[in-house]
Amino acid sequence: MADFFHQNLSYFLSGISVGGQYALIAIGYTMVYGILRLINFAHGDVFMCAGLMMVYLSSSLPFTISIPLVLILTVAIGFVIERVAYKPLRSAPRMSVMISAIGVSYLLQNAALYFTGGLAKVYPEIPVLSRSIVIWDATTRVVTLVTPFLTIILVVLLSMLIKHTKVGMAMCAVSRDFETSQLMGIRINRVISMTFMLGSLLAAVASLLYFTNYASVTPTSGSMPGLKAFVAAVFGGIGSIPGAVIGAFIIGICENIIKGGASIFGIPGSGWTTFSDAFTFAFLIVVLIVKPTGLFGEKSVDKV
Amino acid sequence: MFEIKGLSVNYGGIEAVRDISLSVPEGAIVTLIGANGAGKSTTLRTIAGLVKPRAGKIEFMGEDITGKDPAYIVGKGITLVPEGRRIFPDLTVLENLKIGAYLRQDSIEEDIEWVYSLFPRLRERSWQYGGTLSGGEQQMLAVGRALMSKPKLMMMDEPSLGLAPLVVKDIFSIIEKINKEGVTILLIEQNANMALKIADIGYVMETGQITLSGKGSDLISDEGVRKAYLGG
Ligand SMILES: Nc1ncnc2c1ncn2[C@@H]1O[C@H](COP(=O)(O)OP(=O)(O)O)[C@@H](O)[C@H]1O
Ligand SMILES: [Mg+2]
Repeated sequence: MADFFHQNLSYFLSGISVGGQYALIAIGYTMVYGILRLINFAHGDVFMCAGLMMVYLSSSLPFTISIPLVLILTVAIGFVIERVAYKPLRSAPRMSVMISAIGVSYLLQNAALYFTGGLAKVYPEIPVLSRSIVIWDATTRVVTLVTPFLTIILVVLLSMLIKHTKVGMAMCAVSRDFETSQLMGIRINRVISMTFMLGSLLAAVASLLYFTNYASVTPTSGSMPGLKAFVAAVFGGIGSIPGAVIGAFIIGICENIIKGGASIFGIPGSGWTTFSDAFTFAFLIVVLIVKPTGLFGEKSVDKV
Repeated sequence: MFEIKGLSVNYGGIEAVRDISLSVPEGAIVTLIGANGAGKSTTLRTIAGLVKPRAGKIEFMGEDITGKDPAYIVGKGITLVPEGRRIFPDLTVLENLKIGAYLRQDSIEEDIEWVYSLFPRLRERSWQYGGTLSGGEQQMLAVGRALMSKPKLMMMDEPSLGLAPLVVKDIFSIIEKINKEGVTILLIEQNANMALKIADIGYVMETGQITLSGKGSDLISDEGVRKAYLGG
């Protein structure tokens, strides 16, 4: 058993790491859904924009400036998207907002295409994070080890924010009942903005970790991780933060176990990697059939 | 203290409230009675800022508050206990009370004590989730939550709805007690008998208009009111 674990350590490590990155993205989906009942299709593209901004900013600025700047600008993008594309549709049918979200997603991808000329941009090597290390004979990067810890720390901070601050309480209230929240004096637009900003901040952190591992950014780089994170959020029960985090780790780990299928299950052939994405979506379908509300989902999905 | 002049409210093309005027003197209990669909809730929701009026003026302590947003109005000291209580089911009783004080910057411990002394049942259930309370307890919590904003004027939308007669009696005696402690009350009721008994002033609303007004004790003995709202 120890031997088996030893041999396949690199797959487990990257599973946990990629799971953490999905988790950070998935929180943005799940929080926005919780408060607006909206699947924010643009979220994966916000993540991609964070990656691209890092590419451009780090070419002329030191990391101590470019990293905080990327975080701030990504938060600003999240804020602006909500104000411009979703807020005016607050009392419109949900389908209209959904379509607006798809529009924003394509807008961001096209803007990225314009700036990059469609070329893959090489992601900068962030010191320390990019460094290779060897643990128990498995070669990996520092970022692989840092990700799960950073994810857990951020999730704990977020839970504390939600449980123990006024803003957090307001978020709970608004996600339940817009009107009664307003009667309490809560300015719901501020709370909604705050939700988008938090989601974008976590997506920006995820982008630093994710692209350090994948080394390049293209205009569609956000689609796949965004989709995986979305599946994780659905699996965990969309609207639930712990659900999204657990879902993301499960998906990240399963995906990498399948990638490592050849050696893990002793089946020859390297074609397994191709199926790891298919697995995720097959998994989504199974979850939707067997337990549509996910692991920790609310019983009734609609607002009271 | 509080005055509405010529207020009209539309939902799309429907005129829910038509040119109503009413006034609430400081320290009074004023009730607005009327059949289902008369426009009572719409009136309160407009005062609270949830609905924007088409025409008319709402004045509170000399200030024009027409069309202001709900947070501003709560901040001024007007609160609404909404129809159907609408407590937050996945917050605890204590958290529900705290969120009632959302806009306040000062210490709220004393007021939590005050609410618990008005409703000892809530103190016992402090850590229970709002959603697990009985209907009567939820109504108490909704009133307590509204009081946490330190209102000068508390509006209540059918607090007796769906409650057992004994519980209704409790709630009404608490309303009187709260009023004696200095909170002005504007109360909507279908239970006209109970409401008029405790009210200083009553207004009768029919299909969006105020058709009758007077002292509570006068209305209760009014022939027309008896026929229409008090079952003979
Ligand atoms: N959100 C709404 N949209 C459209 N019409 C409404 C809405 N709320 C209430 N109405 C209509 O306005 C009228 C007054 O309703 P309401 O103020 O709730 O009366 P009451 O509280 O006296 O029972 C009714 O005809 C009702 O159907
Ligand atoms: Mg009503």
